[in-house]
Amino acid sequence: MNGAVEDLAAPIKNAEDKAKLLPAFLQVRGLVRQHIDSFNYFINVEIWNIVKANSKVNSDADANFQLVYTDVQVGRPSVEDEFRAATSVTPQKCRVRDITYSAPITVDLQYTLGKEVVKQNGILIGRLPIMLRCCRCLLAGKNDLELAKLGECPLDPGGYFIVKGTEKVVLTQEQLSKNRIIVEPDSKGLMSATVQSSTHERKSRTNIIMKAGKMYLKHNTIVEDIPVVIVFKAMGMESDQEIMQLIGSESEFVEAFTRSLEEAASLKILTQEAALAYVGARMRITRDMPRSLNRTNLAREFLAHTVLAHVPVVEYNFRTKCVYVAQMVRRILLALGDSSWVDDRDYYGNKRLELAGQLIALLFEDLFKTFNTEVKKRATQTLSKPHRAAQFNIINLFPVSIITNGLESSISTGNWHVERFKMDRAGVTQVLSRLSFISALGMMTRVNSQFEKTRKVSGPRSLQPSTWGMLCPSDTPEGEACGLVKNLALMTHVTTDDEAGPVAELLYILGTEDTSVVSGDEINDKRNSLVYLNGLLLGVHSNPDALTKAARKLRRKGLIGEFVSVCQIEGQNAIYVACDGGRVCRPLIIVENGSPMVTQTHLDELKAKTRVWRDFVQDGLIEYLDVNEENNALIAVDEESVQEETTHMEIAPLTILGVCAGLIPFPDHNQSPRNTYQCAMGKQAVGAIAYNQHRRVDTLLYLLTYPQRPMVETQVLTLVGGDRLPGGQNASLAVMSYSGYDIEDAVVLNKASLDRGFGRCCVIKKYTTSLKRYGKNNLRDRLAPLSATDRPPGSRYEALDADGIAPPGEKLVPGSIFVNKQVPSDAALTDAMTGSVTEYRDAPVTYKAPVAGYVDKVVITSNENEDFLIKTMVRETRRPEIGDKFSSRHGQKGVCGLIVPQEDMPFSDQGICPDLIMNPHGFPSRMTVGKLIEFVTGKAAVFEGRFGNGTAFAGDKIDECARALVKAGYSYTGKDFFYSGMTGEPLRGYVFAGPIFYQKLKHMVKDKMHARSRGPRALLTRQPTEGRSRDGGLRLGEMERDCLIGYGASMLLMERLVHSSDAFTIYVCQKCGLIGYKGWCQHCKSGVEVIMEDISVDY
Amino acid sequence: MGSGEDSDGKRSLPEHLERMRSRVEVGSKVPSNSEGVYYSGAYSSMGVDNSLSVSDLEKRLKVKILEKEKDRIVFELIGIDAPIANTIRRILLSEVPTMAIEKVSFFANSSVIHEEILAHRLGLIPLDVDPNLFDYMEEGAEPSEVNALKFRLKVQCTKVAAVPAEAKPSLKYHNSDVFSSMLEWEPIGEQAEVFGSKPPKPVNDDILIAKLRPGQEIDLEVLAVKGISKDHAKWSPVATAFYRMLPQVELLKSIEGADAIELKDMCPSNCFDIEESGKAVAVRPGQCTMCRECIRHGDWEEKIRLSRVRDHFIFSIESTGAIAPEDLFMRALQVLVDKCGNVVERLTESLDVSSAQARASTNKEHLSHLTRMSTGR
Repeated sequence: MNGAVEDLAAPIKNAEDKAKLLPAFLQVRGLVRQHIDSFNYFINVEIWNIVKANSKVNSDADANFQLVYTDVQVGRPSVEDEFRAATSVTPQKCRVRDITYSAPITVDLQYTLGKEVVKQNGILIGRLPIMLRCCRCLLAGKNDLELAKLGECPLDPGGYFIVKGTEKVVLTQEQLSKNRIIVEPDSKGLMSATVQSSTHERKSRTNIIMKAGKMYLKHNTIVEDIPVVIVFKAMGMESDQEIMQLIGSESEFVEAFTRSLEEAASLKILTQEAALAYVGARMRITRDMPRSLNRTNLAREFLAHTVLAHVPVVEYNFRTKCVYVAQMVRRILLALGDSSWVDDRDYYGNKRLELAGQLIALLFEDLFKTFNTEVKKRATQTLSKPHRAAQFNIINLFPVSIITNGLESSISTGNWHVERFKMDRAGVTQVLSRLSFISALGMMTRVNSQFEKTRKVSGPRSLQPSTWGMLCPSDTPEGEACGLVKNLALMTHVTTDDEAGPVAELLYILGTEDTSVVSGDEINDKRNSLVYLNGLLLGVHSNPDALTKAARKLRRKGLIGEFVSVCQIEGQNAIYVACDGGRVCRPLIIVENGSPMVTQTHLDELKAKTRVWRDFVQDGLIEYLDVNEENNALIAVDEESVQEETTHMEIAPLTILGVCAGLIPFPDHNQSPRNTYQCAMGKQAVGAIAYNQHRRVDTLLYLLTYPQRPMVETQVLTLVGGDRLPGGQNASLAVMSYSGYDIEDAVVLNKASLDRGFGRCCVIKKYTTSLKRYGKNNLRDRLAPLSATDRPPGSRYEALDADGIAPPGEKLVPGSIFVNKQVPSDAALTDAMTGSVTEYRDAPVTYKAPVAGYVDKVVITSNENEDFLIKTMVRETRRPEIGDKFSSRHGQKGVCGLIVPQEDMPFSDQGICPDLIMNPHGFPSRMTVGKLIEFVTGKAAVFEGRFGNGTAFAGDKIDECARALVKAGYSYTGKDFFYSGMTGEPLRGYVFAGPIFYQKLKHMVKDKMHARSRGPRALLTRQPTEGRSRDGGLRLGEMERDCLIGYGASMLLMERLVHSSDAFTIYVCQKCGLIGYKGWCQHCKSGVEVIMEDISVDY
Repeated sequence: MGSGEDSDGKRSLPEHLERMRSRVEVGSKVPSNSEGVYYSGAYSSMGVDNSLSVSDLEKRLKVKILEKEKDRIVFELIGIDAPIANTIRRILLSEVPTMAIEKVSFFANSSVIHEEILAHRLGLIPLDVDPNLFDYMEEGAEPSEVNALKFRLKVQCTKVAAVPAEAKPSLKYHNSDVFSSMLEWEPIGEQAEVFGSKPPKPVNDDILIAKLRPGQEIDLEVLAVKGISKDHAKWSPVATAFYRMLPQVELLKSIEGADAIELKDMCPSNCFDIEESGKAVAVRPGQCTMCRECIRHGDWEEKIRLSRVRDHFIFSIESTGAIAPEDLFMRALQVLVDKCGNVVERLTESLDVSSAQARASTNKEHLSHLTRMSTGR
C-alpha cells in the first residue's frame, strides 16, 4: 500500500515520457480540431439559437397567419438529383463530380393552414456545406480501412469544405476581442477608452476620450462629442457626487474630473430631461430609426441600446451602464497617471479567433433572416389576394435556394458580405493547397489577421510574448503579410462559446456582490476586487484570492467548463472570468506543492492505454490555460526547474512550434529566419500528397516518384504523418566547392543519381471539358467518334479512341486532340428554337502544353448543371534538370547549376559518391547549424541502422552521434577523405559529407522557360502580349531603356520600342506637316501637289 | 640528407622530397601533399629523372588480389600513378558496355505504377548476359538477334481461394508482387541456339518491379540493347568501382603505458597492439580507415603520423552481376587500349605521312607495351 502511494508520487523519469502526452493529445484532437469543434458547435448549438431567435414569421395581410419554427436539424451529406431525391454522397465523389458536399437543413414547424394550425417536421429550408470530419460528415469516426474504401486518405485532416468540387478552407480570422475596454491613446494622441460591443442584435463602438482635460463620449451616431457628465445625467445619474463616487472619490480622481463636471454645469445641464434633450439634439437621424419617437426618446433609446450595447439595460434602469461608463472614465484617469494602465491591443489576450463555425453562423443568421423576410413577403402576397383557388400552403413557397446558394457562393468566393453586421470581407476562404501534404496541413492551422497589409506598422506584425505556446514563432510568410498571417502551435485549442449564465451564477454564489446593490465607494475600494465576466462588470468581491482559487478548483473538478479562464490582474484589483468563444488556450500539467500532478504511474497507464487524454483533464492533472490566465501562472519547462511557487509545467517544449516548424530537424540550432524560410518552403516541396493521390482529380498535381522517409525525423513529423507522406528524398551530400557552377547556392547533381531516380517527379494537369446543353430542346454538344482511318498515326487525331476521347496511356504531343467535341452550329442554335435539323461544327479540345504528356486517366461524369463532364488528367514525368530548385529543410534553397557524370564526382574511401554537392559558402552567413547537426545525426543513424531524431529541444545529442561515427570508422568531425573524380588524386581538404533530406521544390525550369520572336499582340494597344501563358514578349523596361539612352544606342531603342512593339505607319504631308492619308492631305485638300511621306510611330 | 644512389645506380631523392613524392600526409585538420608530381623534370635540379619509363613501370607494377567474391573483387594495384588508376575507375563506371532494357512496349498496365516509371524501373534491372555477344543498336535500326534481347512480362493478379482476409497480400493473392524473375526471355532469330544452356535473364530474381492487386495486370514486351553508362546509369556494369590509397600509420615517438592503452582503445579499427614491453605498435595499419580519431586530441598528432602511399591502390570493383568483377577489369583495360589506339589513329590521320610514320612507330611501340601489360595479367 505504502509502496503504491510512493509510486504515485514518483517523479517523471525523463522528459521523453512526458512528451508522450503530445501524441495522446493529437490523437484525440488532430491538428484541425479547432475548425471541426467550431463547426460542430454551429451545427449542434448555434444553428438552433439562431432559428430560435428568429422563430416567428407573420404576415401583414392576415393577422391569424403565423409560422413558428420549433426545431432545426442538419442531416447527413447527400446529393439531390433532378427529381429532388437525395442520395448519400462521399467527399471523394463530390471532388470528382464537381458538386458540393452538403447536407439538408430541415426544420420542424407549426403554421396556419386555412383555419387550422398544422405541425410538420423535417421541412427543407436549405442546404449547408458540410465540413469534412465534422460530426455530420460521412467520415466521422471511421477507421483507416473504412476511409480507404470511401476513397479517402486516412492522413487527411479534414476541416475544410468541398464546394463545387473544390476544397475550400475557411481561414481562422483574428480579431480584437469584443466587449472589452481597451485604454489607449487614439490617433490624435488623446487617451481614450474604446469598447466594441457586440450582441446578437447590434454591433457598436463606443469611445470615451480625454480632450483638453475634459471627458467626452464619442460615437458614430452622434454628431459631436458629448461631455461624459451629460451622458451620466442622461442616464439618470443627476447627482455629481454619485458620479464622482462611481469614478472614485480619492482626490486624484476628483481633481482630474472636476473640469468635466464644471463643463456640464456651465452648459446648464443639471437634469436627466435636459441631458437627454442635449444628446437628442446632437444625434444623427437615420431612416431606420422609429419615426414615432421624439428626440428625447431617441436619445434614451440610443443610450439604452446602442451605446455599450452589450451592457444590458432592463426597463431603462441605467445603473449597470453608469457603473460601466464610470469604470471606463476611471481607467482613463488611471492610465493618464500611470502608463501601466494603458492596454496593448496587440496583446494576445485581447484577441479572439473567429473560426469556420462562427463565420458560417453569421452568414446563416443573415440568410435565415432574408429567408424569413421572403417567406413573409410571399405569404403576404398570396394572402392579400382576395380570391384564391387553392388552399394556401406556405411550405410550398419556401425559397430554399436563398440559404443554399447564399452559403455556397460565399464559401466558394470567400466574400463574406453581411449587411446586417456591417461586415464585408473578401478572401475569408481559400482553396486548400494540395501542393504537398504539409502545405495542406499548414493551411488548416493558418490564422489571418484583419489588419491592412499595406500599412507599415510594426506592432501587429512583431512577435508578441503573449503568443508563447499559442502561435508558432517561426511560421509566417515573408513580405507584405509578414506577421499578419500566423499559424497555430501544436497544442493550441480555440474555445467555443460557453454559457455565461451558470458561470455568473456561480460567481455570485462564491460571494460576488452585484454592482446594483453596492455603492460607488465600495466598488472602487482598494480592498475589493471587480469581477468581470466576458467583459461585463458582474460585481465586486472582497476576497479575490479566494474567489480565484475556488473558481479554478471547480474547473479542475469539472464543475464548470474546462475552458473557462479565471485571471486575476494584480495591479488592477480585478478578476477577469471568460467563457466566450475564440480564445486561444493550451494544455499544461498542473503543479501543486512543487510537484507535478502527472506522475510516472499516469504515464505508464497512458502507455498501457488504460488512460486517455480526456482522463488527464477530467482528473485535474492537466488543464487548459488561456493567454490571460497564463499571466497568473508560473510555468516550468521541465521537472528540474519546478520550484515551490511553480503552478504548471509544459507538456513538451517543442509544442511552441507549429506543424511546419515542427518538421525542421534541430530548429533550436538554426538562426531564426532560416526556420521561417523553411516553413514557407516546406509548402512548396514536391512529394507524396495523400494516400489517394492517384485517385484525385486536382487541377495541378506534383508527385515525387520515389519519396523517402527522412533519415532524421522529428516527433512532429511522425505524429502528423510526414514520414508516411514524405516531401523529399535523402540525398548523400558533400559540402565542397566544385566546378564554379555552385556559386550563389547552386547545387551540383550527380547524373547517375538522376538516372537512378533521384528527384524524379510527375506533374499531372487536369483539362476539363463539358458537353453543354442549349435551351430546352435537348440540343447539346456531342462527341464525334472517328473511324480508325480518320485518325491515322501521326495525325492530330492519333490519340483518340473509338469514342472520340483519348484513352489513358495515350501520348499527347502539342497540338494533339484529346476530346473530339462538336458543338451545334450557330444556325442550328437558332433552328433549335423551331426544332428543326441540327448541324454541328468541330470544336475539338487540343493539348497546348509545350511538352508531350500522357493521358493518365479520364473521368466521365456529371454534376447538377452539366450532363457530361470529361476530365482528362495529363501526366508528364520529369527528371531534374539545370535550373530546377532544391532545398534542404533549413531554409537553404538553391537551383541546380550543373549535372555531372558520376565518374567526375569525388568519391570517398568507402566508394561513396555524393548525389549532390553544395558550396560551403552557404553556411557562415546563414548560420544553419541545425543542418550540420542533421548531417552528423543522419550519418550516425545510417551506421546504427535507425532513424535519427531531430526534434526541437529533444533531438539526438551531437556528441553521441559523432562518437557513433568514430565507431563506424569515420571521422568524429563528419569530414571524410575524398578523391577527385577527375584527376584521381586526394582532395586538398576533408569533405563534410553525409545523408541529408532534400526537398524538390515545385519551381521547375520546364514551367518557366520562355522565349519569343514574333507572336500575338494585345488587341487594344497592338503591343506584344504579356506572360508566358500568352506567348508574350519580354519587356524592355524603364531601366533597360535608360541604359540604352545613356549609351546612345538610338537605333536599337527605336527598334525595341517601336518596330518590335507597336509600329504603325502614318502619312504626313510634306507641305503642311499634318497627318493625312496615303496620297491625300485633308488639310491641303490635295492629293496631287503634296507628297505624303510615311513615318513609323507608336500606335 | 642529400641525394644518394640506390642499388640500380640511379640517383634517389633526399628523404623529405622522397616522402613528399610518395606519400599523402593525413593530418588531423587537413591532408597535405595530396597531388603527385608528374613532370619529368621536376627533380632535375637534384639530378633525378622523374620521367615515366615503361621498364621501370613494368618492374614496379604489382597486382595482388585481396578479396574475391562473386560480385566483388578487392585487389591491390601497386606501382602506378593516380591518373592511371583513376582512368580505369572512370572507364569501369562509364564506358564498359552492358545490356539493359531500353524499349518497353505496353500492351496493358493497370497497376498503380505509371508506365514511364515502370519502364524506368525495368531499365535499371541488371541483365545476366555477355554484352560482347552483341552489337550496338544503330539509330533507327530494327531489333535483331545481333543487337537486341527480347523479354516479355505478363502478369495478372488474382485472388487465392479460401485465405483469411487478414493474411499477408502475398498469401491472399497470386502475383501480388511482380519480381524480375517473371521477365520471360523471347529469343530472336537463332538466339535460342546461341545461348543454349545459359539463357539471358535478370541477374537477381527478387527485384521487386511492381505490386499488384486482384484485377490488375501488367503485360509488356521489352527490348534490351547494348549501351554504356555514359548514356545512362542503367548500363553501368558496376554498382561502384573505386580505390583508396594504402593507409600508413607510423609512431613517431614511443608510446608506452597508459598512453599506449589509451591509443589502443581509441582506435575504432583496432590498428594498434601493445607489446609485452608496454609499447604500442601499429600492427594492422591496413585496417586503418583514416578516421583520424588517434590524432584528434591534444598532442597526439606529434606522436602518430598518418599517411597514404601514393602509388599503392586498394581497388574495389562491385559488379552488378552481369560481368564477373575480374573480367570487368580486363574489359576496362581493353577499352583503354582501344581509346589509345583511337588517339594514335587520329593523330596518324591528321599528321602528314612522313612525320606521321616516324611518330607512329614510337607511339605504337609505347602502345604495345601497354597492351602487353594489360593482357599479360
